Amino acid sequence: MTGELRRRVAVALAAAVVLGFLGVFFAWPVAAIIGLGVRGDVGAVLAEPATWRLVGFTLGQAAASTAVALLCGLPLAYVLARLVLPGTGLLRVAVTVPFVLPTIVVGMAFRALFGADGGVLPIVLANAFFNVAVVARTVSGLWGHLDRRMEDAARSLGAGRLRTFTSVTLPALLPALGSAAAVVFLFSATSFGVVLVLGGGRLRTLETEIYLRTVQLLDLPGAAALSLLQLVAVVAALLVATIARRRRETALRLRAPATTARPPQGAEWWIVGLAGAVLCGLLAPIASLLVRSVSTRDGWGLAGYRALLGTGQPGTLEVTGLEAALNSVRTAVDATWMALLLGLLASFVLVAVRRRFVAESLDLALMLPLGVSAVTVGFGYLITLGSLPGELRTSPLLVPFAQALVVTPLVIRTVLPVLRAIDDRLRQAAATLGAGPWRVRREIDFPLAVRSVLAAAGFGFVVALGEFGATSFLARPDAPTLPVAIARLLGRPGELNSQLAYAACALLMVVTVLGVVLIERLRVGTDAVEDF
Amino acid sequence: MNPLLRWAAALAAAALTTGCSLIGSSGEDTAARTVTLVAHDSFVADPALLADFEKRSGIHLEIRNSGDAGELTNKLALSKAAPLGDVAYGVDSTFASRALRADVFAPYRPAAADRGPQRYAQDQQNRLTAVDVADVCLNIDTAWFAAHRLPEPTTLRDLTDPRYRDLTSMPDPTTSSPGLAFLLGTIDAFGEPGWQDYWRALDANGVRLSSGWEEAYNQDFSGSTGQGPRPIVLSYASSPAAEVDENGAPRTKALLDTCYRQVEYAGVLTGAKDPQAAREVVDFLLSSEFQGQVADQMYVYPAVDGVPLPEGWAASAPLPPRPAELPADEVENNRDRWVEQWRTLVRG
Repeated sequence: MTGELRRRVAVALAAAVVLGFLGVFFAWPVAAIIGLGVRGDVGAVLAEPATWRLVGFTLGQAAASTAVALLCGLPLAYVLARLVLPGTGLLRVAVTVPFVLPTIVVGMAFRALFGADGGVLPIVLANAFFNVAVVARTVSGLWGHLDRRMEDAARSLGAGRLRTFTSVTLPALLPALGSAAAVVFLFSATSFGVVLVLGGGRLRTLETEIYLRTVQLLDLPGAAALSLLQLVAVVAALLVATIARRRRETALRLRAPATTARPPQGAEWWIVGLAGAVLCGLLAPIASLLVRSVSTRDGWGLAGYRALLGTGQPGTLEVTGLEAALNSVRTAVDATWMALLLGLLASFVLVAVRRRFVAESLDLALMLPLGVSAVTVGFGYLITLGSLPGELRTSPLLVPFAQALVVTPLVIRTVLPVLRAIDDRLRQAAATLGAGPWRVRREIDFPLAVRSVLAAAGFGFVVALGEFGATSFLARPDAPTLPVAIARLLGRPGELNSQLAYAACALLMVVTVLGVVLIERLRVGTDAVEDF
Repeated sequence: MNPLLRWAAALAAAALTTGCSLIGSSGEDTAARTVTLVAHDSFVADPALLADFEKRSGIHLEIRNSGDAGELTNKLALSKAAPLGDVAYGVDSTFASRALRADVFAPYRPAAADRGPQRYAQDQQNRLTAVDVADVCLNIDTAWFAAHRLPEPTTLRDLTDPRYRDLTSMPDPTTSSPGLAFLLGTIDAFGEPGWQDYWRALDANGVRLSSGWEEAYNQDFSGSTGQGPRPIVLSYASSPAAEVDENGAPRTKALLDTCYRQVEYAGVLTGAKDPQAAREVVDFLLSSEFQGQVADQMYVYPAVDGVPLPEGWAASAPLPPRPAELPADEVENNRDRWVEQWRTLVRG
């Protein structure tokens, strides 16, 4: 009985830490800024047909982007999870690179490709470009653990490849697919820079409109009305995902990944080909910006790279490109460990809470920061954090706090499906053999979850490195991150600034690759984890 | 211990102790007098100059950038109860009325205000003092017009001439502050409702609108690094100073009859912790040392008279003699309506 009590206290403490952080850095600021707005005439905005067209377009482009990202991400996930091929390690790292690229740079690359008025297609493709990594990483995380013998059994009982995939593999993958789809949908629904650059001011989403009304027009009632709509839309989308996921996160026979991967055979080469095509699609914009970084008016040159040691043309940056890179790494490291701490505590609570309604509501609340505009949160900080001691509004730690808010849901989405998939009978068996509750966690949960935790760390680090919305709002001029510095360089005339901006993009990719490789090395160490 | 855990612990310890974290890195000296200067994103100053000011005055200057002029104004208005700082710089003439109506600035008239800035005074109480002016003008790629044997356009009206069809790129007035300045310039030039006819003609003549200055200037404009297809772009009077060749000759030119003046102001915030120190910082912004470097650092023109411009600016980026300007009150009262009318007109 005391064991049960101790467990409850631990769960309550963990929940308090997570909800406290979420409350101070998310719920309170958002409620405060919306609260200021709803004193005005919110109804008028809701009555306008244009508002509903905005909602329709926002959800439509997000759904299309999600579909494209899922279709493109699946072949990559299969190759990463199931095949032993030379270069898969490289592939795993390469797919994450798009995620850190500044939206203004990618937006301009797609704008160059599709013309200034390309319509919706470039927006959908650019959103998918950013988010393929979410699908590839989330899905391959679980796929690698699925026991291949289930599929082999289905095949030997006479099921075709397609039948096997749809009736054995797909149902087992659904939790990860649902997670990935929810995250991609949220990222696409709130995608800001891409819509602004590629929409050319003509195509608007709730996110860009909230930004304009808050930042330019100071139309707080209008912004509040749209923020509420965005919140409702996001919650509705998450509810759909939750219902789709319900009962799917069940116990699976998880295996150590080494036993499930093998060299490609027969038709699997088709999947390898598809994955290769997707990879080329991801690499093309990257290659184009690398070309930009070495092009000058008079041919090829490395002026941009040499300029990384400086601050651009006079009056552009306060720090050098390298200092900005260092600052990016520091901020991302902080955001990553904060998000891991919060995400693991939250996952622990979510697994421990037995009432489904409570668990699902909590899960949903933790996802919300992905679906709310960075501007809403940032302006909320202005009015709430001033009343806390220690003037957090000017603290350099506010940036990693805000980034952790975005990364935490990704940690949860990566770790939770694996934790939920652990067969409870393993835990019961351990308990029967005399292991206490902590011992059970250490011996059963930890080894099985550790790979996904490290995957979450790697991905979280990348997300924090590339985060622009909240960061640009909160970063101090003497400590910009690379994406903030790049945006600033592109906002000033002059050839050197432009070259330096593209060289800084290349540096950002190098930093990303190094960070991910480091974490991948750790992950490889976990292959030694014993199979049960 | 699990070897993996040991690895991770070592890595975490290394990260925290080798400076891969922000924790413990914020050791700011809390000198006797600290003034926080809330500035727009374009604020940059010569570090040596700032250090010199701090040494002479004994004031530690903390600078916080807070978005463009509009965003800065809105942040000041929203955080009035708990001000973000002591001095604000960067509220411009398009947003000055909003800031004054929100009552975020305290009266203060620096001595140097008589030597130029008084021309741009906004109210009787002297709550805002002009620091610099930044004129939004059309820029052209002179080489392109020479190569195509086409006379260079000079006026706003020229942009509607069929000879200049599909040659212009500019940022959208609803999403960009230079775009908004241009819209105000057309309202000043053609009046109401004449500006609407002008925009109809502009639209019919194939003007390309982008959401931001970045795309228009870096990607569409033929005279910048991007070497895009269009030789006319909306930018600033000072932009040609950044586009000079190896011999210092400008590659682009601002059309001085198409400019709209944006004046950028500074003021002491109500609720400044040390109002006297805050006033000294405003004085510093108007000092000849600071004014002398705004052109080089921020590509703007000093508001104080008799401050020399950098060498070469006379040729590449002279100050427009007769820019358009609308009274701040008129802008504040009509901005939303004009933007809405523009949106209906051009975006349908």
